Amino acid sequence: MLAGATAIFLLVLVLLLLAFRRGGGPSGSEADARRERVWIQGLGLGFSLTVLAALTAYGLYVGERLLPRPGPDVVTVRAEGRQWAWSFGYADAPGRSTENILHIPAGRPVDVEITSADVIHSFWVPRLAGKLDAIPGHVNVLRIEADAPGDYAGVGAEFNGRDYTKHRFTVRAHDEAAWNAFLQEEMQ
Amino acid sequence: MNALRRHRALERIWGPRPGWRGKLTTVNNNDIGLMFLFLAVTFFVIGGILAMLIRAQLATPRSVFMGPDIYNQVFTMHGVIMMFLFAIPLFEGLTVYLLPKMLGTRDLAFPRLSAFGFWCYAFGGSLLIFALLAGIAPDSGWFMYPPLSSTLGSPGINPDFWLLGITFVEISAISASVEIVVTVLLYRAPGMSLDKLPIFAWYMLIVAVMILTGFPPLILGSILLELERAFGMPFFQVDAGGDSLLWQHLFWLFGHPEVYIIFLPAAGVISTVLPVMARTTLLGYGWIVAAAISLGVLSFGIWVHHMYATGIPHMGLAFFSAASTLVAVPTGVQIFAWIGTLWKGRPEMHMPMLWILSFFATFVMGGLTGVMVAVVPFDWQSHDTYFVVAHLHYVLVGGFVFPMLAGLYYWLPHFTGRKRFFKLGKTAFWLVFFGFHGTFLLLHWAGLLGMRRRIDHIENGSGWELINLLASISGFVMAIGFALVLIDVVVNAVVAVRGRRNPWHAGTLEWAMPAPSASYNIASIPEVRSRNPLYDDPELPVRIARGEGYLGDPSSGLREILTVEIASGRPSSLVIFPTNTALPIVMAFVTGGLFVGMLIKAYWLVPLSILGVTALAVWWAWSLGSRRDQEPQPVGHGLVLPLASEAKRPPGWWGSLFLLIANGVFFGSLLFGYAFLWTVAPNWPPPAWLKPDLTGPLLALGGATLSWRGIRVADRGLRRNGGPWLGLLLSLAGSVALASAAVTIFMRTTHDAHAYDATLWVIAGYVLFHATIVGLMTVFLALRAAAGYLSARRIGEARVVRLWTDYAVVTALLGLGAAWLPGVLT
Repeated sequence: MLAGATAIFLLVLVLLLLAFRRGGGPSGSEADARRERVWIQGLGLGFSLTVLAALTAYGLYVGERLLPRPGPDVVTVRAEGRQWAWSFGYADAPGRSTENILHIPAGRPVDVEITSADVIHSFWVPRLAGKLDAIPGHVNVLRIEADAPGDYAGVGAEFNGRDYTKHRFTVRAHDEAAWNAFLQEEMQ
Repeated sequence: MNALRRHRALERIWGPRPGWRGKLTTVNNNDIGLMFLFLAVTFFVIGGILAMLIRAQLATPRSVFMGPDIYNQVFTMHGVIMMFLFAIPLFEGLTVYLLPKMLGTRDLAFPRLSAFGFWCYAFGGSLLIFALLAGIAPDSGWFMYPPLSSTLGSPGINPDFWLLGITFVEISAISASVEIVVTVLLYRAPGMSLDKLPIFAWYMLIVAVMILTGFPPLILGSILLELERAFGMPFFQVDAGGDSLLWQHLFWLFGHPEVYIIFLPAAGVISTVLPVMARTTLLGYGWIVAAAISLGVLSFGIWVHHMYATGIPHMGLAFFSAASTLVAVPTGVQIFAWIGTLWKGRPEMHMPMLWILSFFATFVMGGLTGVMVAVVPFDWQSHDTYFVVAHLHYVLVGGFVFPMLAGLYYWLPHFTGRKRFFKLGKTAFWLVFFGFHGTFLLLHWAGLLGMRRRIDHIENGSGWELINLLASISGFVMAIGFALVLIDVVVNAVVAVRGRRNPWHAGTLEWAMPAPSASYNIASIPEVRSRNPLYDDPELPVRIARGEGYLGDPSSGLREILTVEIASGRPSSLVIFPTNTALPIVMAFVTGGLFVGMLIKAYWLVPLSILGVTALAVWWAWSLGSRRDQEPQPVGHGLVLPLASEAKRPPGWWGSLFLLIANGVFFGSLLFGYAFLWTVAPNWPPPAWLKPDLTGPLLALGGATLSWRGIRVADRGLRRNGGPWLGLLLSLAGSVALASAAVTIFMRTTHDAHAYDATLWVIAGYVLFHATIVGLMTVFLALRAAAGYLSARRIGEARVVRLWTDYAVVTALLGLGAAWLPGVLT
């Protein structure tokens, strides 16, 4: 995407600069009609439409792959944002909740059910997925997956008042044994 | 009569009163335009200082320069000021000043309305600046998402300043838009058919229509949120059936068109300036108009792309993603048409051209990053990071500020009548250009590294320290550049030598006027035969000054101006404009009572203010018109035209029509909000639906029939020289019945019980409000008839009231029907 954007940008700049190197072209309505065909219909409509259509199709294809789909090994957790902390709950360990640390198994898809207790927040773990908003009264589901065990930094990414800057949390991905241990016993 | 004596006579008729009182009572487009521009630039300076505070805070890690309480106010107010108090008023001011000149006419359609709009802007803006200085400014982001901006997240007075101050300022945007649309459609030089309109006028026509359809959702949202904050009506509180997402929809329904509302005037400036700088004419005029129109239309279909991260259903995302990339096509058409124009001509390097080139370099990059964030998966990562901050500054500074600076340097000789002598401008240009890119280019990268927007400090070891330091230094370079631009303009305006009238050899009519502009703009109105009248006839300025066009004879002592038929541009009527008056400023001041009353919770001020506004409005409308039928008047060249006060559709009718279109969008947004809450909000259905008994619906149907028929019976009475009395009485009875039907809803629901009840209150309030207005108008019409202002020929006022009556009847039936529907169904 970056390379394409740079290429288009350079194209526009070169066309601009070339305009200064030439004396004016032929005049008259026929010459103008030809210019309209080249500049407006060709470059303005044709070129823009082609590039944008390709890009949109690509975006939709990638977006489709990121969609949460049901599967046998999907783990479901719950994230509730509030000013200025996160509480996490676990479908596999009812009654268990953790503060500001979300425990997940590594190597398995995890659905995070995101909601809010007060104002709007946003759940964002840059290394695991895009962001999704926590909106009071609504539950949004985000699919994340950590390839390897370890800690992943997360932040609240929707401005939510005084301590917004400090609205952070951690996602801790465990290997299978540690995950099972977490589910079975108290391991805060 | 020679040119100089004509100038003096016209100046006496059109000029402001002498001294500072003149500024307060002027209704002249030159004064109002300059006052708009001056105030907008003042706000730009204030907004710029806030931006420097932000950069100072983020220059070093863990800065203790500002705490979060102050910082949140600073970044919120930076956005608010730049969007609402700088960008929109700046192009409004430019248009108010230039549009009549380009169209070859003497003023805007409703001079007192321009003045009223300006004072609303000045008073509303002052409220916000007061809040800033007092340290109680809005601090929940310029987008004001509830619940953070509602009583739950912000119990203090801060958000009220936003909601009330901005709504007050929006009055000026709406009134300026009505004004611009009617001016472009009706007030032009004879012969200027729509296909000969200066391209800037086309752009502003489109922008004005977009404001009329884009701002009402925001005004509705602000009213709903203020009602929630003041009276606990829970539109956005999920526990009581509200939904905070409703605000986001209403806000971005406004907010995305807003981006193009800001870009299109700048594109209009480029389309005007660039061909002149290339010594040629614009390539693809028709294509550009079509592109601008489609941009306007498409921009209303893509508001959801600000809400990708809110959990919108997937199919919706695909649609909005496609629409968001599609909107880049008409932009591409314009860009390539401009480059094609450069190729067609012989471009010359002057200051305006320099700024236009910097527009290209900057805006194209902003557009490309815009296409990137329109791709949903990319947006999920970059949303609410500095990538978006950088993108929007590239688009807004590159796409608005730079073209406006091109326009500034282009029209400076026209504004001042002087030749640019001191060459500070070029230094200023390079400082701004490198300062800007130095600030924002690297911030893209900071955003991709995960730097969130709106954080009040950066941490050591985050990896963003160097980028932010460089951005801050460049930011200050840019600020120095802008300061130099201001100095350059002031110095050249005050002390440079007198220059020629048309230094760029442009073809549009504003260059045919004296510079600096005379208050009457054009001494006589020429017949126009092409898009560039000055290229057809280089002697045109002299002939205009000699009074060889229409209305060259100022002996009537009245402010005379022509209207034309919309499409063809054939002259159609003669209008006599109102003169200087303090009414607009007094009216704006009294209107302010309403907002201040809500703000400081002195609710007794609100009805007082409404009474005052009503009385002033009656005074306002009463002062026009005539008590006797008049013969068509000579306007020069042997042409005689009827007076506009005797037209069936006088300019006031057109003004009402466009105001009602905006009003209709407001009403439509209200019904959308109702349907949205009903279908999407979690805690629905409400505990109980309102079950109407027969009284309400009977009153509504009866009232609607009476009003609808009554105003027509009155019309027929007038046309047959009988009295309008029976019809007006019927119509008045109809309004009373409609108002009573609305009151039945208040009596049977509690305003804060549930979002459903609260919505019903707003719908009923809307119906009541319009029934009252129409009732008052009907009484006004009866008084005017009794005083002899109406006749079979002078029927325009009755037609205006008929338009409002029909609107009130239709919205009452739709609104009350929607309110009662669920109760009837269940």
